[in-house]
Amino acid sequence: MQRLFLMMLLTVVSTVSSVALADSVRLATTTSTYNSGLLDYLLEHYSADHTDEIQVISVGTGKALKMAEDGDVDLVMTHAPQAEARFLELGFGVEGQSVMYNDFIIVGPHDDPAQVSSSHTVTNALNKIAQSNHRFISRGDDSGTHKKELELWQHLELVPQFSGYLESGRGMGHSLHMASELGAYTMTDRGTWLALKNKLNLAMVLHSDPRLINPYQVILVNPKRHDHVNFSGAKKFAQWLVSPQGQTVIGDFRINGEVLFVPSANDE
Amino acid sequence: MSELWHTFSAALAQLLSGDPMLWGIVGVSFSVSASALFIALLPALTTGFMLAYFRFPGRWAVISLLNSLLAVPTVVVGLVLYMLLSRAGPLGDLNLLFTRPAMIIGQILLCFPLLVAMSLSAFQAADHRVLETARTLGAKPWQAFLTLLYEVRFALLAAVVTAFGRIIAEVGSAMMVGGNILHHTRNITTAIALETGKGEFVQGVALGIVLLTLALVLNVSLGWMQSHSRVLRHGS
Repeated sequence: MQRLFLMMLLTVVSTVSSVALADSVRLATTTSTYNSGLLDYLLEHYSADHTDEIQVISVGTGKALKMAEDGDVDLVMTHAPQAEARFLELGFGVEGQSVMYNDFIIVGPHDDPAQVSSSHTVTNALNKIAQSNHRFISRGDDSGTHKKELELWQHLELVPQFSGYLESGRGMGHSLHMASELGAYTMTDRGTWLALKNKLNLAMVLHSDPRLINPYQVILVNPKRHDHVNFSGAKKFAQWLVSPQGQTVIGDFRINGEVLFVPSANDE
Repeated sequence: MSELWHTFSAALAQLLSGDPMLWGIVGVSFSVSASALFIALLPALTTGFMLAYFRFPGRWAVISLLNSLLAVPTVVVGLVLYMLLSRAGPLGDLNLLFTRPAMIIGQILLCFPLLVAMSLSAFQAADHRVLETARTLGAKPWQAFLTLLYEVRFALLAAVVTAFGRIIAEVGSAMMVGGNILHHTRNITTAIALETGKGEFVQGVALGIVLLTLALVLNVSLGWMQSHSRVLRHGS
């Protein structure tokens, strides 16, 4: 019995001490960069010549920006240009830099019941899905993907209220699996799609509409609002991401030989 | 069906190969839940004892409150704790959000009412003469309390096993206040939620096997100890 107590005490002590050595950087990022495996790949390379530990919290873009606003993380990597612009404007974040981009695509059942693949624009495609009242999975979680989807519906001047419109409220991986199980259409970033498509009973039905470009940006939490953030550590990681070295790593990341993200730090 | 079997056997293989990431996740679960239980145990037993043996105004209100807390969903505990621990919240300066201590606090809140409720009924069911006898034989109050604890040890052990089962299997609070950070706050349940999202069922199943085995071992040993003690007591 005494031994058991000692063991439990040790567990408590070790738990507390593991927290004390916290020279770490907290990055809130989107489920798309995490579920695709890009983040693991980046961190593997980063930790090769850096001692800072990057702790990743993967949530939707809306939640990530909220965490940064509250000072609960040190930096964010997100993909919602409008929300990010507002975030910088309000002084919540500083030094926003574009890191990479990929694009959104529409995926759906192999037999394409709403005949989306014959449409050339994404608005046309969404319109067809709504008109045929086919099932469509929306993220519904205020993520970058969800914001983009709502923007497209708005552009169509259409309120997505058809009965096939389902909100999953989950990450991109969960939503793709849901679409696969339900035989539904959904909008996804190409990275997560390429990472998961072998496990899904879905096909890409629309891609390469210029309106579907999906840029990712890294933003540091404003140290003037939150003096406790690890600004130097966050900055070091952000600088590495946009450095030639970090950009090469991003461009090298492949799944089944396909490039998932295109580095874009030097495009401006 | 063969797909299911394939996933299951791959999961077993991953467990048996001693995959360090997998066992690291299991370690997080155990250290967090054991710490929470360890911290909550004595205060909870004391509360249960006081509620069983002392009469004071508002006693029934405390008991009903604790009983309703039993039904509070783990995500609600997570949400409240998140708001308290966030930098924007009143306890933000403690810098606890997205750490193991935050997960431990959440699990303490979850297992405390359960431990109180179960120990209360254990103390109520115990023979009241135990305390009186111990006191007449010259035991100090704390010695008498220990004697009583010993008398109801199996009921208390059942409480501990049930409480441990509840907190090691909870996902809502751990996900919200822990943040599912690899090597730090990713435990069995949050990892299963993440891996399912990625369609990686093998690791999810492997972790599920650990949880099931744990439940089985705990409950079988509890049952064995109880039946063993009954045999001793009745001398057969």
